[in-house]
Formats: sequence, structure tokens, C-alpha cells
Amino acid sequence: MIGRKALAVYRKELRQIARDRRTLLILVFVPAFFLLLYGYALNWDIRHIALAVEDRDGTGDSRALVAAFVNSGYFDRVADVQSPADIDRLLNLNTARAALVIPENFGRDLVNGLRPQVQVIINGDNANTATTVMGYAASIVQSAGAALFEGQLREPPVSIEPRIWYNPELRSTLFLVPGLIAYILMITAVISTAISIVREKESGTIEQVRMAPIDTFSFMVGKSIPYFLISLTSAALIVFAAMLLFGLPMRGNWISLLVAVSLFIAGALGQGLLISTAAETQQVAFQAAMLSSFLPTLMLSGFIFPISSMPTALQLVTYVVPARYFLVALRGIVLKGVPIAVLAPQLAALTVYALAMLALASVRLARERG
Amino acid sequence: MSVAIDVSHLTRRFGSFAAVDDVSFDVKAGEIFGFLGSNGAGKSTTIRMLCGLLKPTSGTATVGGVDVTSDPEGVKRRIGYMSQRFSLYELLTVDQNIRFFGGIYGLDDAALARRRAFVIEMAGLQGRERTLARDLAGGWRQRLALGCAILHEPAILFLDEPTGGVDPLSRRQFWRLIDELSHSGVTVLVTTHYLDEAERCHRVALIDAGRLAAIGTTAEVKRIFADRPILEVRAANPVEAMRQLDALPEVESTSLFGTAVHAVLRTPSSTPAGIRVALEHAGIAVQSITPVAPSLEDVFLDVIDRARARGGSAA
Repeated sequence: MIGRKALAVYRKELRQIARDRRTLLILVFVPAFFLLLYGYALNWDIRHIALAVEDRDGTGDSRALVAAFVNSGYFDRVADVQSPADIDRLLNLNTARAALVIPENFGRDLVNGLRPQVQVIINGDNANTATTVMGYAASIVQSAGAALFEGQLREPPVSIEPRIWYNPELRSTLFLVPGLIAYILMITAVISTAISIVREKESGTIEQVRMAPIDTFSFMVGKSIPYFLISLTSAALIVFAAMLLFGLPMRGNWISLLVAVSLFIAGALGQGLLISTAAETQQVAFQAAMLSSFLPTLMLSGFIFPISSMPTALQLVTYVVPARYFLVALRGIVLKGVPIAVLAPQLAALTVYALAMLALASVRLARERG
Repeated sequence: MSVAIDVSHLTRRFGSFAAVDDVSFDVKAGEIFGFLGSNGAGKSTTIRMLCGLLKPTSGTATVGGVDVTSDPEGVKRRIGYMSQRFSLYELLTVDQNIRFFGGIYGLDDAALARRRAFVIEMAGLQGRERTLARDLAGGWRQRLALGCAILHEPAILFLDEPTGGVDPLSRRQFWRLIDELSHSGVTVLVTTHYLDEAERCHRVALIDAGRLAAIGTTAEVKRIFADRPILEVRAANPVEAMRQLDALPEVESTSLFGTAVHAVLRTPSSTPAGIRVALEHAGIAVQSITPVAPSLEDVFLDVIDRARARGGSAA
């Protein structure tokens, strides 16, 4: 009998969603829109840095170094200047973001093995960008220098050759897209479930349902399965879109991915249900859902800001942010292809999250009914 | 006749406020029982307790022989409930609403098919099965809501202000359905603001400030006016007439009924003629002054007046 009642709720919910354009829009198009928006906007890879060049040497060697900067693709040579004052002016005007100063006698010193120094001036108003630009400049100078030195200097006895795995080009998109998937899923799942029940409170239909001999479990199951399936579809769409648009790899097991995504969605639905038991109006439900899903997932999950660089107190808070575990699992499966066993702690945490949310929600729902 | 609803010393407090205070009554099977009272008098709280939605603070109630405190789910299986807001799903069609409510009441396919046909017929919704509930006119929505509430053939039906916001013709049709249900043995407990609807009930209970103020058939409750005639006074200035009537020693109370004033007299011996003279003496241009039979509205106002006088303060 439980199955029959839950099925009635499930069918009713699907039909309502199908007729309710607004909810459909939130569930289907907003995730895709978010992915495009954030996927293209949230990109830390820095290209085309406006570079001013003050070449006081003017030899073939100095020109080779400038060429190395331009050919790297990271820098655009926007101006050739004659004096430090010009550099000052261009940086202030933001015409140039960086300047390369090659001293006199650069070529001669090089030939003489004197290790000439070049100066790179970087606009530091954005610390992140500045650090990245500095890294690019250093590696260009190093490799160009090595080429110019060729044959003139012995190889250093020990050298570091860093190799970066999983994302060798250090494309920030690859790092961000899994976070984006978590973020989008969290928001849509929490909001849609929270609102779906509060809407029934507002219209009074929930009162009618409460008068019927349907148990809380059947009601919850029937009510959340449609949103679970829709969220899962939405997740699949986002993952495929990310593969197509941002070259997201899939190095792991699809089943592992399904398990991780399902656990995460189940928790998010539980959270939405929980909110719906406390909120009386759709507006309150929407705000509570946004606050409890959007902010923690954005700030405290490791999506954008690395958890390891947070203050200790905040790091402790991140332990209760479900997206934190989901992100590790997702990046592990998608980028690294790690086996599911390795992700056991994360999956366990997500299971706890899902069970806790669903249990709390059902207790509160049952109390509301009694 | 067996008892369908038995309420004994039912009380519900919210903090220190007693929304329902020591209420006792019973409703017989097949009876249409009217539950009257102003907003906030405790009607809905009582119904919610009887439907197993709200636990009583003290007292007992059995509905269809089932105790509401110990087996609220058992109560829910035996009752139908329809509220003032006709809680249908706006975005579902007539048919889908019926299927949904049939589903959550656990009807099997055969029962659902049979009851669906009955409800469509009863509500006059033939040909509108695929219309969205939100596109139905008020009367149809109301009858569909009633149909959804009786899909599982409950022996007891609770109607919480079922006719709010519905045109008079639809109200009459609706009450015809209630009569039919009652004839077929269904017990109906209905709350209403409309006193003309209350006249159609077999018995009524008046509730005020959480307490039962009067109970009986409409004829019975009107008997409180047996030795207190009511005069209907029409005058050019009814408000001034009311003031002057209040000043007369033989007048117990007055109330405004449209443009007329109803004056309750203290004794049967007072005559319209005497009152007329007194009023005209006070300068009131009396157009007519006639004895009238008490209406439920008179009863209602009188009962509440007395209850509040006893309680010492107007709540």
C-alpha cells in the first residue's frame, strides 16, 4: 500500500513539474546557463598580458629574449619605451600590465658568461594575477636564457623538472568544473525541493494531504524521487556539456561517478525538505535554500578557495560542508580516475550527510503532521 | 441512532491560551451537524483535533469509534475532509486530481474507476475531465473538492467553511449534495459563517471563545427566546432608534439587522404598541414595529452576549 500512495504522490509531482514552466526552467536551463557563465568567466589562466619593453641593449640576443616573451603566447608587446618614466606612465594608465627591461650590454655580458640580469616589472594590484605573471616571466627568462647560454655554460649538476599530473597545462577550468557541477547541483536540488513543499503549504493542498492516511515516508519518497531523477539528468547534462565545452576528461568509472552524484543529490534533497519544514513562504524557502547551499558551496568547499589556505577555524567549518567531500570525490573520479575504494572516506561522509538530512526532514515532517 | 462523533471535555491550549475549552457534544450517524462561531472561536481547532491533525491537551474524542489521540491514522481512514480553500492542485486536471487523492487514500484501480465515475457525475464534471483545476469556475471546483474528499467513501465528513466565496446558486447545489450524502448515511460536521446554511443543519452547536455556548436543533436553540419576544423596529434613523431602545427598561438588548433594529424584550408582556409610544415620545419617527420570529443570528448574538457577560470580559 505504501508503494501505491508514494506512486500517487510521485505521479502528481511529475505532472505538476511538467506544467510548471518556472520550476522546469530552474531545473533544466539554469544549470546549463550557470555552467556557461561560470565556465567561461571563472578562468584564471592569464593570456595576452600587455607588455611594455625597454630594450637598452638592442642586440640580437636582447631581441631574442623579447621574442621569447611574445612567442610564449602569454604576453602581447604593446609598447617600446625609452625610459623608466615611460614605464611608470604606461603601468599607471593600465596600458601595460607588465614591463620588461633589458639592460645595456646584455648581449655582451651573455657572451662573456657574466649572467646578466633583466628586470620584469609587474602591476601587483591583483596579487593572484601578479603571481601568475611572475611565474610565466621567470620560466620564459629561464628557458630563453638557457637557449642563449647554450654551449657557453655547464649544465647545473642538479636540475628540477617539475611535471604536473592530471592537468599538465594547469588549466584552471579543469580544476573548476567539478566544483561548478557540485555548486549547480546543490543549488538546484535544494531550492527545487524546498519550494515544492512550501508551495503546497501556501496553496493549502498540504493540509488536504495531511488529512489523508498517508505516512510521512510515502509522502517524502513520492515527493523527492521526481526531483532526484531530474537532478540526476541535470547532472548528466552538466557533465557532458563540460566535456564538450571545456574538455573535461573522464578518467574514472561511470558507476563511481553515479554513486557519488546520487549520494550528493540525496543529501541536497534532504536539505531542501528540511528547509521546507521550517519555511512558511516560498520567498523564505528560497532565501534559506540559497544561503545554506550557495554560500558554503562557493566559499567553503574548496571549489574556488583552497581549504588548506584557510584559517584553522574556517577549515573546521568546512568539515560540515558536504560539497567539500563531493568535490574531492568528483575530482578524483573525473580528473584522476582513482578507484572508488580510495574515495571511501568521502563517500562515507556524503552518506552521513544524506542520511542525516533525510532523517531530520522526516522527523520534522512527521512532527508537523502530528 | 448510533453516535458517529463523541466529544468529551475536549481542550486544546496554545501556551496559556485555550483555543478550545472543555467542549463536549456528540453527533449521531447520518446527522448534519452545524458548527457555528465567529473567526477564532475555536471551530477549526476543534475540527483539526477531530481529524487527528492536532493532539488535544486534555479530554477525549472518538470519531467513527476511533480515539483521535491514540489512533489518528485510523481516524484519517474513516473521514473525509474539505476545507474552505478547496485545496485542489491547480496545475492538475480534474481527472488527475481525482487520481491523486484516490491514490493517497489507497484506492485500488477498480475502486478508483468506480468512485471516479461517481464523483464526475456528482460534481457535474462530465466532459471537463481534462480541464485544469484552476480553469474551473468556483462551484465546480467546490464540488470537485467535495468529490475528492469522499472518494474513499468515508462514513464521516468534515467540511470547514466549504462554501466561502461561492455564488448562491452553487451554494444551494452544494447543500443539495450534502443532503444526499446525509440521506445515504454519511455523518456531516460542517462549520459555516452563513446562518441560512446553519438552518439546513439537523442540529447546531455555537462555539464562542473556545467554549460551547449552545447546542440543539435550530428550533431548540431558538427557544431561548421563548419568553423574550423580539421586535423588529424600522425607523428613519436606526442608530438613534437603537440608542433610545437601549434606554427603555423593558428592552434587554438591541442589534442592527440591515436597516432594521432587533430589540429583545425582557418579558412577554411588553407590547409593540407601548414601545412605539415610548420611541415616538423620544422623537423617533417609527416606520414600523412588528414582532418577529427569532433567527439563528438572533440566537448567535444573544448567546455570545450572555457568554461574555458571564465571562465578565469581552474576549
